[in-house]
Amino acid sequence: MIEGFVALYIFMLAAFTGYEVISKVPVILHTPLMSGSNFVHGIVLVGAMIALGHAETGLETLIGFFAVLLAAGNAVGGYVVTERMLEMFKTSKKKENK
Amino acid sequence: MNWLIQASYFSAAVLFIFGLKQMSSPVTARRGIIWAGVGMLLATLVTFFHDHIHANYVLMVLAIAIGGGAAWWSGKRVAMTDMPQMIALYNGMGGGAAAAIAAVELVKGEPMSDTVLILAVLGALIGTIAFSGSAIAFAKLQGLIRKATRYPNQQLVNLAAFVVTLLLGLLIIKVGHEIAGFWLFLFFALALAVGVMITLPIGGADMPVVISLFNALTGLAVGFEGYVLQNPAMMIAGIVVGSAGTLLTQLMAKAMNRPVSNVLFSGFGDTAGGESAEVKGSMKPIDPTDAGVMMAFADKVIIVPGYGMAVAQAQHKVWELTQLLIERDVTVKFAIHPVAGRMPGHMNVLLAEAGVPYDLIYDLDEINNEFPTADVALVIGANDVVNPAARTDPNSPIYGMPILNVDQAKNVLVIKRGQGAGFSGIENHLFFADNTRMLYGDAQSMVSELIAAIKEL
Repeated sequence: MIEGFVALYIFMLAAFTGYEVISKVPVILHTPLMSGSNFVHGIVLVGAMIALGHAETGLETLIGFFAVLLAAGNAVGGYVVTERMLEMFKTSKKKENK
Repeated sequence: MNWLIQASYFSAAVLFIFGLKQMSSPVTARRGIIWAGVGMLLATLVTFFHDHIHANYVLMVLAIAIGGGAAWWSGKRVAMTDMPQMIALYNGMGGGAAAAIAAVELVKGEPMSDTVLILAVLGALIGTIAFSGSAIAFAKLQGLIRKATRYPNQQLVNLAAFVVTLLLGLLIIKVGHEIAGFWLFLFFALALAVGVMITLPIGGADMPVVISLFNALTGLAVGFEGYVLQNPAMMIAGIVVGSAGTLLTQLMAKAMNRPVSNVLFSGFGDTAGGESAEVKGSMKPIDPTDAGVMMAFADKVIIVPGYGMAVAQAQHKVWELTQLLIERDVTVKFAIHPVAGRMPGHMNVLLAEAGVPYDLIYDLDEINNEFPTADVALVIGANDVVNPAARTDPNSPIYGMPILNVDQAKNVLVIKRGQGAGFSGIENHLFFADNTRMLYGDAQSMVSELIAAIKEL
């Protein structure tokens, strides 16, 4: 069990990490990075699976099913579009390195 | 097994942070998303063996297959120009999932500690608003909703709805796990409505800021529900995205010289105090052939792309035009306004797709004092970001917004679809200036005509 204050420490450190990681990003990468961070919160899939996995009544199962469905969409969609955007940067990078 | 699961979650959290770090540099960006992807795969796979899961395995796989499959299919198919709304859509799904997790836990009605209960309700509220708000943002950018809906006292109505939702949330926290299903239902329904209501009045030009904000909100909701489920990977990833998204939102709002609160709580155009200055002169059209000649014999051309280029998918033609000009020893540079298009960096992504090298692309600060030395500034479907009224007219709603000083170039060519005012409904003084000539038409066909004109020389 993560107690209240330990959670607060985790939240605080994670908040600083997020702020620091993104603070030096060039404008050119803002859209891919927004998309990338959108993918990262696709980790909600893990929680959705747990919620569905211990659902008991019909209603809980139904909501849990939608949770997993939506979360999977977030994770997979987020990955696909980010990867597609960053792939283009790879090709133009090669040209620059010549 | 439990140890292995926890170790995998830990690795996933490290991979996410490392991946995001790598994504912040063009050189390593692609590796970054793959690392984060590996983290996600690992975390998802071990979760099947989580000791809180004892049922519904078939449903789980089915839901992942349907949700993931649909997202994969749509993500692969969508055109580069439609990326912003897809990000809004996937982000909304994440928010909805976080809210649904909270719903399952609350409906279950098992006793929870106060902290867990508070975070569950808070995550549910935030996640639901991000869900319905993102859906509206998607519909707006996709062109399903064309107008910003505004009515008198709208902000008061929205505030009232939000306060009532918040009070319901407090009621749920106060009563605890014995709360009747009706109140839960009402709480979620109202939160959905609030998300719709606050997004409807926001104009399309402000959507980048809004999408970024919802992205940050979804991160927060995921982090809170992570605590509810005692899952550190969700807590860390969610809060990292929450703070990174907040910073990104601020950067974007700053580029528009409007505080985030202004974007959210006042419709574009409502801020003007007095009458805007009258526009002098007229819009003067030019033949594409003449425009082509003008560019071909220039020493320096600065191209300013905007949303019109994205809509017309003209980026490949623009690059073709650029190559033609470079062959004729014309110096060509691209000037990108931070909020050109519908997302920050939107233009950069499109130009990169067409193959335009980085070293031709400049930010606002880098290029703004070069406009007086440019023979031709070619504006392709950009409007508010080049409106000199932002500099000169204190009554203009966009007064004070940093703009590209296109009007200082010796000649200005503007490719524009029609004569009307732009997305925000503000008259653009640039189009009426003496040194400005208008090319009316779709960006792609107009650039093609320019290419044809230069090739014939």
